[in-house]
Amino acid sequence: MRTTFVNTLTELARKDERIFLITADMGFSVFEGFREEFPDRFLNTGIAEQNTIGIAAGLALSNKIVYAYSIIPFITMRCFEQIRLDLAYNNTNVKLVGVGAGFTYGPMGSSHHAIEDIAIMRSIPNMTVLCPGDPFETEELVKRSYENYGPMYIRLGKNGEPTIHKNKNRIEIGDPITVTEGNDLIILTTSNTLELAKNWVDEWSDEGIKVNLVSLPTIKPINVPSIQKLIDRDIPMITLEEHSIIGGLGSTISEIIAESGKGIKFKRLGICDSFSHHVGGSKFQRKKLNILQKPDKSWFFK
Amino acid sequence: MNNDLVKLKKFSQKIRIDILNMVNDAQSSHIGSCYSIVEIIVSLYCKILYVDPENLSDVNRDKFLLSKAHGSCALYATLAELNFFPLENLKKYYVDGGILPGHLDKTVCPGVEHSLGSLGHGLPVGVGLSFANNLDNNKGQIYVLIGDGECNEGTIWEAALFAGHHKLNNLTVIVDFNKIQSFGDVDDILTLDPFGKKWESFGWDVVEIDGHDFQQLIDAFMLPHKKPKVIIAHTVKGKGVSFMENSLDWHYKSPNTQQYEDALKELMILK
Repeated sequence: MRTTFVNTLTELARKDERIFLITADMGFSVFEGFREEFPDRFLNTGIAEQNTIGIAAGLALSNKIVYAYSIIPFITMRCFEQIRLDLAYNNTNVKLVGVGAGFTYGPMGSSHHAIEDIAIMRSIPNMTVLCPGDPFETEELVKRSYENYGPMYIRLGKNGEPTIHKNKNRIEIGDPITVTEGNDLIILTTSNTLELAKNWVDEWSDEGIKVNLVSLPTIKPINVPSIQKLIDRDIPMITLEEHSIIGGLGSTISEIIAESGKGIKFKRLGICDSFSHHVGGSKFQRKKLNILQKPDKSWFFK
Repeated sequence: MNNDLVKLKKFSQKIRIDILNMVNDAQSSHIGSCYSIVEIIVSLYCKILYVDPENLSDVNRDKFLLSKAHGSCALYATLAELNFFPLENLKKYYVDGGILPGHLDKTVCPGVEHSLGSLGHGLPVGVGLSFANNLDNNKGQIYVLIGDGECNEGTIWEAALFAGHHKLNNLTVIVDFNKIQSFGDVDDILTLDPFGKKWESFGWDVVEIDGHDFQQLIDAFMLPHKKPKVIIAHTVKGKGVSFMENSLDWHYKSPNTQQYEDALKELMILK
């Protein structure tokens, strides 16, 4: 996803000289090409994320479309109040780009895990929250982030995620994307768990269980009518995300279900309310913490 | 005293009376923080800044950020007196159903560049504006007014380091050095000494002046600089009303009827 991001941004930058890339000293072996091609539109502010966001706001107020990049905890949490005021309250055209969704940086330790970012970013007025799940969603949403004005947060995994979508239709901000059709279960997923969800769906499919898998690369604004239609189907529903079960996709969907007046069989799969002290990559963390494990089919299939 | 300076003094007197009326009508705080910056803001808007209500879309105009945005009344009054928005809006400060909030909101107040209120935000944004102007060869100068207590914030020093490194020669910071912060004296809470040397070591030109002396202010603003410039303006919190001067109380208090009348009486005399 990171390579797709930088390639897409580079293409956009060739067409529009307002595009500006700012980084808090991250991007080794990622941004060298961009820096070389656009030396006047690349700025390394040093390891000072709060100042980075302020400078990004100043650049955006000077008619630039600013992409501000770092690892997720540092570009969302270290500088949260700068984001709230200088980007969101002032409605400046700055796109935050964070790498390392969930346990992407698993072995690095909890300082580098990104498990609360969706929750805090979606709570800020004016903020759009985009969580692409594969390279195609990344390319589409980076393009939309450029085409649409306003502060946005783009949550990326890292590299090597497979392309899940066969159908390469244009994706607008807010669009849910149906990956598979089915009547036995609905799975809603976002960000770097799309591949995992697809694997489960394929395995169940071999057993004759048909799942309606929907990818939600936009968490905010969430498409309420589309979610409502899924609730109206009255079949079991699971949300899947590598993020805390507090405040992320699971919470977002729960809120819609709660106000729909309908009760459906529903489960949130995500990171329980705890830090991980285990050392290991994403798959290892999931197993060790006993999270994001494939549900027993007896939960939804009789 | 020359005619020009008398005019500036008279204008400042008007601003101080506007502020008194706003704070009194709304029974709001921060009058002391407004009074220490009146001459700084007046000299900027009357003598230095290339900005007026008609040129706001000019990329070459100057920009001013009031980072210590709790001094908003001083800016609101100046902008209103200079026709950025109607004077009667000053009556709609801080009250239920009003227009102007305690801290700056650019969407309701023409002339305000950026909504501010939390300390330590204005300088990084100003640095971004300044960097962009240099990059785009725009002539506009960037001015940021910060408080002395505000210099406790880490972002001031992150931004100062960046501005020094990039030699932002179109950036001027003014520090309202009134020596009193939210809950006590600067020297008792977190001393800034040696203040000038700190800025100098970060790569800035440093000028120290009396922040209520128009001639010194104008001279300091006019000094050419190849690096970012900081003007350390020694000021008096509550300046202009004897019983408000150098007092922490007037960071918070609003006047009662007698105090309002006493203050007004003092302010009517041109000193």
